[in-house]
Amino acid sequence: MPAKVRDKRLQSHSDQLPSGGKLQQSKPTRSLSRKRDEDASTEVGEGQDEWAQAKTLIKPPDQLELTEAELKEEITRILTANNPHAPQNIVRYSFKERTYKPISSVDQMAIHFSLDGNLLSLDSDEGRRQSARRATTTELAPVGSSVVETEEIEAIEESSKEDLLAAGAEEAAEAAETIEPVEAEEPSPQSAKEQKLTNQFNFCERASQTFNNPLRERACQMEPPPRANFSATANQWEIYDAYVEELQKLEKSKEKEKQRALVTKKEDKRRGGKLTSLESQSDDVTKVTKAAKIMERMVNQNTFDDIAQDFKYFEDASDEYRDQLGTLLPLWKFQYDKAKRLAVTAICWNPKYKDLFAVGHGSYDFMKQSRGMLLLYSMKNPSFPEYTFSSESGIMCLDIHNDYPYLLAVGFYDGNVAIYNLKKPHSQPSYKSSAKAGKHTDPVWQVKWQKDDMDNNLNFFSISSDGRIVSWTLVKNELVHTDVIKLVVEGATIEGPEGLQLHTVGCGTSFDFHKKIDYLFLVGTEEGKIYKCSKAYSSQFLDVFDAHHMAVDAVNWNPFHMKVFISCSSDWTVKIWDHTIKTPMFIYDLNSAVGDVAWAPFSSTTFAAVTTDGKAHVFDLSINKYEAICSQPVVAKKKNKITHVQFNPVYPVIIIGDDRGHVTSLKLSPNLRKMPKEKKGQEVQKGPEVEIAKLDKLLNLVREPDSKQAK
Amino acid sequence: MAEVEETLKRIQAHKGVIGTIVVNAEGIPIRTTLDNSTTVQYAGLLHQLTMKARSTVRDIDPQNDLTFLRIRSKKHEIMVAPDKEYLLIVIQNPCE
Repeated sequence: MPAKVRDKRLQSHSDQLPSGGKLQQSKPTRSLSRKRDEDASTEVGEGQDEWAQAKTLIKPPDQLELTEAELKEEITRILTANNPHAPQNIVRYSFKERTYKPISSVDQMAIHFSLDGNLLSLDSDEGRRQSARRATTTELAPVGSSVVETEEIEAIEESSKEDLLAAGAEEAAEAAETIEPVEAEEPSPQSAKEQKLTNQFNFCERASQTFNNPLRERACQMEPPPRANFSATANQWEIYDAYVEELQKLEKSKEKEKQRALVTKKEDKRRGGKLTSLESQSDDVTKVTKAAKIMERMVNQNTFDDIAQDFKYFEDASDEYRDQLGTLLPLWKFQYDKAKRLAVTAICWNPKYKDLFAVGHGSYDFMKQSRGMLLLYSMKNPSFPEYTFSSESGIMCLDIHNDYPYLLAVGFYDGNVAIYNLKKPHSQPSYKSSAKAGKHTDPVWQVKWQKDDMDNNLNFFSISSDGRIVSWTLVKNELVHTDVIKLVVEGATIEGPEGLQLHTVGCGTSFDFHKKIDYLFLVGTEEGKIYKCSKAYSSQFLDVFDAHHMAVDAVNWNPFHMKVFISCSSDWTVKIWDHTIKTPMFIYDLNSAVGDVAWAPFSSTTFAAVTTDGKAHVFDLSINKYEAICSQPVVAKKKNKITHVQFNPVYPVIIIGDDRGHVTSLKLSPNLRKMPKEKKGQEVQKGPEVEIAKLDKLLNLVREPDSKQAK
Repeated sequence: MAEVEETLKRIQAHKGVIGTIVVNAEGIPIRTTLDNSTTVQYAGLLHQLTMKARSTVRDIDPQNDLTFLRIRSKKHEIMVAPDKEYLLIVIQNPCE
C-alpha cells in the first residue's frame, strides 16, 4: 500500500505541473466520460427493468430548457488534480533573502473524511506486544478481532466510495484483502501450539442411560400329553411279591459287594461278556425253556397215559392165582436215535431224583468198538433224554455221586475215566484222565464214587482189565491217580527167559465196596476169582474166593446184611456168599450167561438177574430158595442180549438195558415184592433189622447143612 | 436256544398234539403252529384264564404259585405252562 500511495502522490505532484501538462491530461478524461455514457447506453439497450426504472429521470421543474443548439454545444471541462480551494498566494518569509516570497508548491490534497483505524502491523512493536498478550487469552479473541477488522475495512470502503476517486477505493479494498489473509493466518498456528490447561475444580459428571430391553410375551400351544386312567387293586400276593423283590435286591447288593471283594475284575468281565453275548443271541423263546420241558413231560404223560396209570396203580390181580409166582409188566421204553445199536453198558439211578437214571452206551464187542454215549432219562419223559453227552470212545461204566447227584464218573473202553457235570451245558466231560495221568491201558469195567477224602476232595475208584485198581482224586481241577492194588494171579508166574519171572496180571472186571466197612471191597476178575481186598494193603488180598469158572460180571454187597454179597458170571451162575465163608451159600444156574445182578432196595432177600438170552429173573429167597419166582423174557427179539439191570430205589420198578441200545422199565408184580404177611393182632415189623434177620434165618438154614457136611 | 427249539419241535411232533402257542406277558402270541385266528383266540382267552387262575392260587397263599394248568375238554386237552413272562399253550387230542 505505501507504494501505491506514493504513486498517487507522484501523480498529484505531476498534476501540479505547468499548463502543458494539463492539456495533455484533458483528452483522456474526455474519452473516459464518453466511455461511461456508452456503457450506460449499452446497459439501457439491453432492456433490464431495474435499470430502466433507474434511468427514468425526473426533471426538476425549474430545469433550464435548452435548445437543441445549446444541447449540442460542446462544453469542454477539464478535470485537474489541482485543488481549487487551495490557496495560490501563500508567502513565507525567507531569512536568506530577508523578504517574503511566494511558495511555489501548494498542497493540493483535500481531505474530506478521515477515521483512525486500529489495525496494526504485525511486525510493529505494538503488534508483537498484542499478539504476545493474546496468546494467554482464549481462542475467541482472534475471531473478534477479525470482525472488528472487517468492520474497519467496510468503513474504509464506504469512505472510498464517497471519494470520487475510484482508484482510491480500489486501493483500499486491495489493502483490506491483503491484510485479511495475513491476519487470519497468524493466529491459527498459535492456537495449535496452545496447551489446554485443565481446571481442576471444574469437572462435570456425565451419565447416560442405555435402552431398556423391551418386554415381550410369547406363547404357543402344544398337544396335551396323553392321559390314561390307571386303576388296580392290590392283592395280598402283590404286596408279598413287592416285599420279596425288595428283599432279593438287598441280598443281591450284599452279594455283589462280597463278590467284588473276592472275584477279580477280569473274571467278572469275562462272565459278563459271555452272559451278554448269550442274552443277545437268545431269542425270546429261550425264556420258555422250563415251560417247554414241563409241557413236553405233560404231553408225554397224556400220550403214555395208560403206562403212567399202570406205573402208579396197576397191581396184577392174577398174581393171586399164580401161587407165588410174579410177573414183570413192561412200562416205558427208552431209546434215542443217536444211541441206536450202541449196547447199554451201564445204568445207574440218580440217588436224588428218583425218576432220573443215567445210561452209558458203548459196545462189549471187541471187534465193533465205536463211539460212546451218555444219556440221562427221566421216567417223566420217556421219549427224549434229559441230557445227552457223546464221547469218542465207548462208555463201559458209570456212577453217580451220592452227595452231588449232578456228578457222573464214567469209565471208557480206551481206559480213560472222566467226570461229567450235568450243571455245565457243554457236551464234553469236565475232567478227564489222560495217557500221561495214569489212565488204564484196558477198558475200565467199573467206577465207583467214594466218600470225600480227608481234604474233602472228590474221589472215585476204577477197575480195569489191566489189573489195576486206581483211586482218582479231583485236586484243583485235575484228576490225580493212585494205584491201590495191582491184581496178580497167584502161583501163575511164568518163567521167562534168563530166569525172569513174569507175573500174569489179573483182570479186574467188577468190584463193590462194603457199605459199612470203609476199607473193605470185593473184586471180581476175568478168571472167575473174587478177591476180598482192603484199601490199606495194596499187595495183599484179605481173602480169595474161587467163585466162578468165567469172568465175574458183577459183585454186589447186600444192602441190608453186611456179610452177604452176590456175584454173577458168564458161567451161567449167580452165587450168594457170606464173605466169612469161602463157599457160596446159594448157587443158581440160569442157563445163560448172566450179565448183571442187583439186590432189591426194599428187601434183603430179593434180587434180580439178567441173562444174555433176553430174560430177567427175579428171586425172593424168602419165598423160594431154589427157583426164580419170575423168569420172563423181556426184550422183543431173542437176539437181544440184556446187559444190565437196576432197581429203582423207591418205586417197584426195574430198568434193564440191552445191547441194541434200548432201556426198558418194568414193574414188579405184587408177588415179586411180597412183604411178610400181616398177621392179625401183630404189628408189621419193618426196617433193616427185620431184613437182616430174615436173610440170616435163611442163611442159617444153609450154613447148618454145610457145616454138617463138613463134619 | 436250539434246545428250546428242539423241545418245541418234539412237542409239536408228538402224537395227538394239535398246536403249540407261545404267548408273551401281554397276551400276544409270538409263536404258533396254528392258523392266525385260532391262535389269537386261544392266546387271548387262555391268557386271561391263566392270570385269573394264578391270581386265585396266589390269593389263597402268596408264597404259592401256579405252575401248570390243564383243561380237559370233551375234544382236547389244553395245557398251559406259565413261565415268568411267557405262556406256553399246547392243545392235544389225547384220545388219538
